[in-house]
Amino acid sequence: MDSALILWSRAQFAMTAAYHWLFVPMTLGLGLVMAIMESIYVKKGGEFWKKTAKFWQKIFGINFAVGVATGIILEFEFGTNWSNYSWFVGDIFGAPLAIEGIFAFFMESTFMAVMYFGWKKVSKGFHLASTWLTACGAAISALWILIANGWMQHPTGMAFNPDTVRNEMVDFWAVVGNPVAISKFFHAVLSGWEVGGVVVMGICCWYLLKGRELEFARKSLLIGSIVGVVGTLGVILTGDTSAQHVAKYQPMKLAAVEGLENGGSRAPFSIVPGVEIPGMLSILATHDIDGIVPGINDIINGYVDNEGNVIPSLEEKITRGNIALSAFQQYRSNVDSDPAAAAEAKLILDENMDYFGYGYIDSPEEVIPPVDMVFWTFRIMIGCGCLCLLALLLSLWFAYKDKLSNKKWLYWFGFICIPLIYIAGECGWMTAEIGRQPWTIQDLLPLKAAVSGIEAASVKTTFMVFVIVFSLFLAVELTIMVKAIKKGPKVEEQNN
Amino acid sequence: MKRLGSLFHFYIDGFRNMTWGRPLWILIILKLIILFAVLRVFFFKPVLGGKTDEQKSEYVGTMLTKDH
Repeated sequence: MDSALILWSRAQFAMTAAYHWLFVPMTLGLGLVMAIMESIYVKKGGEFWKKTAKFWQKIFGINFAVGVATGIILEFEFGTNWSNYSWFVGDIFGAPLAIEGIFAFFMESTFMAVMYFGWKKVSKGFHLASTWLTACGAAISALWILIANGWMQHPTGMAFNPDTVRNEMVDFWAVVGNPVAISKFFHAVLSGWEVGGVVVMGICCWYLLKGRELEFARKSLLIGSIVGVVGTLGVILTGDTSAQHVAKYQPMKLAAVEGLENGGSRAPFSIVPGVEIPGMLSILATHDIDGIVPGINDIINGYVDNEGNVIPSLEEKITRGNIALSAFQQYRSNVDSDPAAAAEAKLILDENMDYFGYGYIDSPEEVIPPVDMVFWTFRIMIGCGCLCLLALLLSLWFAYKDKLSNKKWLYWFGFICIPLIYIAGECGWMTAEIGRQPWTIQDLLPLKAAVSGIEAASVKTTFMVFVIVFSLFLAVELTIMVKAIKKGPKVEEQNN
Repeated sequence: MKRLGSLFHFYIDGFRNMTWGRPLWILIILKLIILFAVLRVFFFKPVLGGKTDEQKSEYVGTMLTKDH
């Protein structure tokens, strides 16, 4: 397959996903913040909390309006650039996405409308319930998306049908309960809380810097910091679970993220190149200092895992992948003319299906993700996340003690955390997605088999179109958002 | 029927009385037009579009085994 075609198709998908991910976490996090603000209003009453809740709902609405439907572009790309993949994944991938589309549409169009249009038309309780359901709807949408994503990282609950050339769901609960999907869901939603908390903190710090909206800023900052701290602690806990899943199901990703060439027990964790904590990687990956963490060379040459299973070498996997592909070919040739030969081919295919994708691999280099890139994106994510946690903890402490006055250093620190938390989120996704290369579906379908047989030039053209369209929309979003923040909550009385 | 009517008026009044929401709706509509009337129609034609399920299986099966 044309390497330029793969490169442009990947670049386009990565750009679209990265753009989409600018809006999703803030929807998840700000949804919670605005629901908490309105809950306080319902409990305490008073115009202050009503205005506060309405202001954060306005910021939520702007973010939502620009982010809405950007995910649909990814589905266009599946059909055009990744048609082999789209067909091969079958309904396993399509079903969660369809559920998400229908569910999100009904939840959001119903409850969001009540949230924005219903202030004077429904009871306080019903309005509050609608706000919470809007926030929950966003999280439930994320669940279905991450079930689809989790399946790509750790395919389960399906069987390959060589007649239809599709994977068919045989166990719905195995797909929905996929441990990788579950930990990804909590990790993503909690990172959204962190983003929401940091954005609230940053905006409040800007008001404090400007010496305006002081009461609003102090009270919002306290709530934003609590949401952010809870989110960050949750991200750390779910990140720990994710690390164990990666170690178990995608060991090459972990080896690449750590730049670990030769692994074993008591594997070190590298903070930056040359600075290591002995045994730490084994603890993080297996919760046991003597746990085995295979390096890149171990995975290529074969190793014995922590359960005593012999993991075959890449050469053996390629051999079995070739057997699976040949059997698939034999099956297709004989299915109409020689049922006995087709049945025999099907047996061989089933026996070797776990290695199907390795039949497309020609050299060891192909199964190693870009080590430098994932090594650094992971560390940038951790570094930015830790800085944001520090800012959140300081803000929480000073807001709780009511000692926020004259702390310009803290205002600036909180404000610059807004870009830092976005960098952290984008780097997190880059680590997860680039780290699983070359697989579109782990061990089953590499990029070169997944991509459509189209011209690279056409993908390049749409890539350029996206750069222009996305940049314009982002500029518009930022302009509207900045304008709304500059106006502040005091203009809310007459607004929706 | 009465309930449907009040639901309809709920949305109509909501849209009519919008202030800051108006430019956002224009933005959403503009985006959907770009997505579905431009990008989808001219740039993102599904490779398997127009084929029956059997033809899709045949096509992808051939693509997956062609270099093997």
